[in-house]
Amino acid sequence: MRNLKLIVIREYLARVRNKTFVIMTFLSPLFMVAMVLLIAYLTSLNNTEEKVVAIHDKAEIFETAFQSDASVTYLDYSHLELGVAIDSVAKKEFNGLLFIPQNENPQYLAKNIQFFSEEAPSASLLSEINKKLSKQLTQKKLQASGVDLQKYDSAKTEVSLQIETFSGQKTSKMASYIKMFFGGAAGYLLMMFIIIYGNMVMRSVIEEKTNRIVEIIISSVKPMQLMLGKILGTSFAGITQFLIWIIFGGILLYSVSGFFDISPQSMQGMSSADLQSQTTQMQSILLDIVNLPLLSISLNFLVYFILGYFLYSSIYAAIGAAVDSETDTQQFMFPILIPLMLGIYVGFFSVIENPNGLVAVIFSYIPLTSPVVMLMRIPFGVAWWEVALSLAILIATVIFTIFLAAKIYRTGILMYGKKPSYKELFKWLRH
Amino acid sequence: MQNLLVAENVSKHYGTYTALNRFSLAIPKQSIFGILGPNGAGKTTFIRIVNQITMPDSGKVFLNGEALAPKHIGQIGYLPEERGLYKSMKVGEQILYLAQLKGLSKQEAKSKINYWFERLEIGDWWNKKIQELSKGMAQKIQFIVTVLHAPKLLIFDEPFSGFDPVSANLIKEEILKLRDNGATILFSTHRMESVEELCDYMALIHKSNKLIDGKVNEIKKEFKTNTFQVAIAPKNQKELEQLLQQHFEVLPANFLSINHDYRFNVRLQARQSANELLAFLLNHGELNHFVEVIPSVNDIFIDKVTQYA
Repeated sequence: MRNLKLIVIREYLARVRNKTFVIMTFLSPLFMVAMVLLIAYLTSLNNTEEKVVAIHDKAEIFETAFQSDASVTYLDYSHLELGVAIDSVAKKEFNGLLFIPQNENPQYLAKNIQFFSEEAPSASLLSEINKKLSKQLTQKKLQASGVDLQKYDSAKTEVSLQIETFSGQKTSKMASYIKMFFGGAAGYLLMMFIIIYGNMVMRSVIEEKTNRIVEIIISSVKPMQLMLGKILGTSFAGITQFLIWIIFGGILLYSVSGFFDISPQSMQGMSSADLQSQTTQMQSILLDIVNLPLLSISLNFLVYFILGYFLYSSIYAAIGAAVDSETDTQQFMFPILIPLMLGIYVGFFSVIENPNGLVAVIFSYIPLTSPVVMLMRIPFGVAWWEVALSLAILIATVIFTIFLAAKIYRTGILMYGKKPSYKELFKWLRH
Repeated sequence: MQNLLVAENVSKHYGTYTALNRFSLAIPKQSIFGILGPNGAGKTTFIRIVNQITMPDSGKVFLNGEALAPKHIGQIGYLPEERGLYKSMKVGEQILYLAQLKGLSKQEAKSKINYWFERLEIGDWWNKKIQELSKGMAQKIQFIVTVLHAPKLLIFDEPFSGFDPVSANLIKEEILKLRDNGATILFSTHRMESVEELCDYMALIHKSNKLIDGKVNEIKKEFKTNTFQVAIAPKNQKELEQLLQQHFEVLPANFLSINHDYRFNVRLQARQSANELLAFLLNHGELNHFVEVIPSVNDIFIDKVTQYA
């Protein structure tokens, strides 16, 4: 036990004192924020570009439908021949020309209106034009069948569904997007952590092997102790980094919500109608975040991170022991990455579609994918026994995997100069 | 208890390959014991078994009369053939760490490090990193790591390979000092000449079998052929040659001498004594060189290996 403690401390200090670790811990959150801001800025830049569309509408059916606004200017080119109009639009580099055939039949028009443009037009512009056309044609049909348009408009009803859980917690559609975001981010972060820290373990095993210090160490301690110490020490470094980020995130959330004057207490006692009328969109998003089970998500993240990390890093350690240099690890990396990627894809497609669907549930039990998939499910609410079962399977697998990895590790660290095949690794397992 | 380390019928197999075959050995206390053999003979396998890095398939090893167990780790110091240290770790922290793994407390380890730093004249290396040191300096650190916890049994696997001549000599002197202070030293090498200089005892291993073991000078006695090297300035060379042929078995000589003397080897029969030969030679010229030929470990080894084959 004393030796294990010594090894853990050495490994922890070796990780934490590393320059890359310090840089990653303190700069990457800033880098992330900067990235988000940059993307937001570039997107807004893209959207403010003014668009010009010419309209060729001899029958003047859509005269009233196309009114120029801030983002799109509509010009009437109906007086020109179609060919001339197209040439002119192309020469002036407008975004496109909308051609409406001379026909009174809405049924015919719905299928035969054309849009000409130099390049493929942007989706937002097309949907805008589409919406306008279909609204106008719908009105035409309604009028043709004798419906009073004013009565029709006043009969239209907007529904705002009040979503509430059985336990009485109010949520909104926005809240489920936020859950998606938090679940996805947690799952993705976990995968990154496993890959980054698993690689650290692997590199440190290879380092000891190529430095030839490993034989001196295992003349004092058991290989199993060395491997466990390495995995534990590195995991503490990971937890340190995670805690620093949590504190950063907490400060950020606190200062931003302070800025918008949001706190869970101040919102209690208000009816949802009040909320909708009084809070801006930004405030409601923040409120949803504050109302998320953040503590439970963080705790679960920690537990699943530690177990998932133990599972994968013991495999990484075994690989590190089996090879002589990092370039030899390629052939063994693939089988590690597959289940992690699978977890992420199942998470992003299946969990978000239906957090309690069969596929999502099954993958949150399979130990190689459960850390990622379960984390994505947790913000949507998962029964405690499901988490417990998934954890129990995971823990059993972790113990079994560490046992197998230790066998490969024990043999591998004393083997120099040859790159083992899968067949040989299997033989080491049976030694 | 006379012997510090005893191995009885130790065997180790890797798959179908036999690394050690019923290997037995007894290493007396406070001696330097050399295990000799070509690469792949099984030396490192035996050393790893003593260090409990690998377990023997059969056979037993005793340290100080007790069956080898994890508690003995602190009594053994090991310098492996494949050696190295953490490159980016500070020298002091590194030695401290490895000494603590051997069971020393932090305080003990610190005072011992200071003692060795003074003894090997390396004052202010504590905060240096191994990658900043020269190879010779790093080897000194490696040596300190091996001996710091004052082990009863010191194991050096090819101790002089990779050391520069100055460090090698320093290490050699330190090894002798450690022996005089009570340590028992086991070292393995394929360089026969280092055994001649250092070892009290030796064992020859070839193809995982022990060929011979015992005190170095006894083995040499056993293998000596009663041959003497002679260099003489004869009064009459022709006459001397004839007389020698009649009385002694003369062999061609191939040793160097600074004079242009008549040089030859004489192998004495059992009934003849060295004094007889000496008296004879003194009568026939001025004798410049008279030495008994003692077989080198290398000769013995080659002799044994060819017999074995």
